[in-house]
Amino acid sequence: MTTKKHSLIDQRLQDLNDDGVDRRGFLKCMAWAGTGLVWTMSGGIPASRAFANVYGKHAGKGGDFSFVQISDSHIGFSKPANPDVTATLQTAINKINAMPQKPDFIIHTGDLSQLSKPSEFDTLDQALKGAAAKQIYFVPGEHDMLSDNGEEYLKRYGKGTKGSGWYSFDHKGVHFVALVNVANLKAGGMGSLGHEQLEWLGGDLKGRSASTPIVLFAHIPLWTIYPDWGWGTDDSEQALSYVKRFGSVTVLNGHIHQIMQKIEGKVSFHTAMSTAFPQPAPGTAPSAGPMKVPADQLQRVLGITDVNYLVSGSSLAIVDSPLGDSGSSASGSGRGGLAVVDSVFG
Amino acid sequence: MTTPKIWIVGLATTVMIALMLLAETPSVAVAANDQPSGASADVKIDNFSFGPQTLTVSVGTTVVWTNRDDIPHTVISTDGVFKSKVRDTDEKFSYTFTKAGTYPYFCSVHPKMTGKVVVQ
Repeated sequence: MTTKKHSLIDQRLQDLNDDGVDRRGFLKCMAWAGTGLVWTMSGGIPASRAFANVYGKHAGKGGDFSFVQISDSHIGFSKPANPDVTATLQTAINKINAMPQKPDFIIHTGDLSQLSKPSEFDTLDQALKGAAAKQIYFVPGEHDMLSDNGEEYLKRYGKGTKGSGWYSFDHKGVHFVALVNVANLKAGGMGSLGHEQLEWLGGDLKGRSASTPIVLFAHIPLWTIYPDWGWGTDDSEQALSYVKRFGSVTVLNGHIHQIMQKIEGKVSFHTAMSTAFPQPAPGTAPSAGPMKVPADQLQRVLGITDVNYLVSGSSLAIVDSPLGDSGSSASGSGRGGLAVVDSVFG
Repeated sequence: MTTPKIWIVGLATTVMIALMLLAETPSVAVAANDQPSGASADVKIDNFSFGPQTLTVSVGTTVVWTNRDDIPHTVISTDGVFKSKVRDTDEKFSYTFTKAGTYPYFCSVHPKMTGKVVVQ
């Protein structure tokens, strides 16, 4: 990774932060990245270093850990955009299992299924059984709540959760909050958390130390990406007001089947790729429907996201990786942050 | 669509409709409010939108929604008058409007998708 490439990527991140939508550029960045990069924030300036260093320098230190985000598996979908979504989910699992540092757990940010069918959930469960990380945390997507107000989803994945499936947990000093913004949606609106869940969230965060790193995850983005396509959450502002006082907040979402990110103060927003099919960049197609790409390109636009928490650097790193090869791209979050790595398959 | 066809044939209506039936047209397009009671009208779901977004029909009209997207949608009356199950690709939902009024509806999966049926 040359200095020139670094500066290009820095510029690209800058562009992303300016308009938030430069998907093509970001894919290019992934193609360069090779072993991946970790973004860290220092005085508001993004800086990058080789992803391999994360593992090399910091792996194994007490308290450090990583987890993987996968999203939008849409088991049951069989249209031309991807006639075999079970196979690409399997590729994602294989990629997770091949990681040099074993993730502590996996989070799935929703749209497990295409039509909320028991058989679709069965297929997903069967595939995830093969993942080396046994603990998997879920939130529902709108496709998982299609029948009986999400009864089938909640029966399987909602044990011990509240309302339509929200909950929180702690892991090695990081507080995770799983939010549901796909239930009881109102005509003309976007995603919605609702009053009851917001009240619960306020209570859940109350009394926690401001130095606790917070990770919020939900299906639909908790920041407004493109209202015309409903890519946002109507009442996310209230949710974000509760996390303002924390030194490090990472928000992980799915739904839009592509990487988008924004850093706002101490809050880092990130969306993951799908394991099933890509969707168009905002406004570049008549609708947000599945985007058809040549079969040999599909694995380059599907992927997983690896999030690393480094106690020593007090940072989180996010690395996105495609399913298909070792290409990946990375981004960082605020102080006391996480590193997030997105990996495409191909 | 068997029932409406039999019903329309029973009326022995125009040559045009007969030709449309011979051509196996799935349902008869309705030019809004000059149709007799018992007609049917179509709303197509394409690209995450209802078309036409506002449909005007006469009392007694059966409106048939067809999902032509690769993604499932629903057709839910905002006022609770009608509610479809999830409609996957090419699946239909129909509802017969027996009272005049304005019926707003939306897709509960993608609530930015809204439409309206005006019954006169």
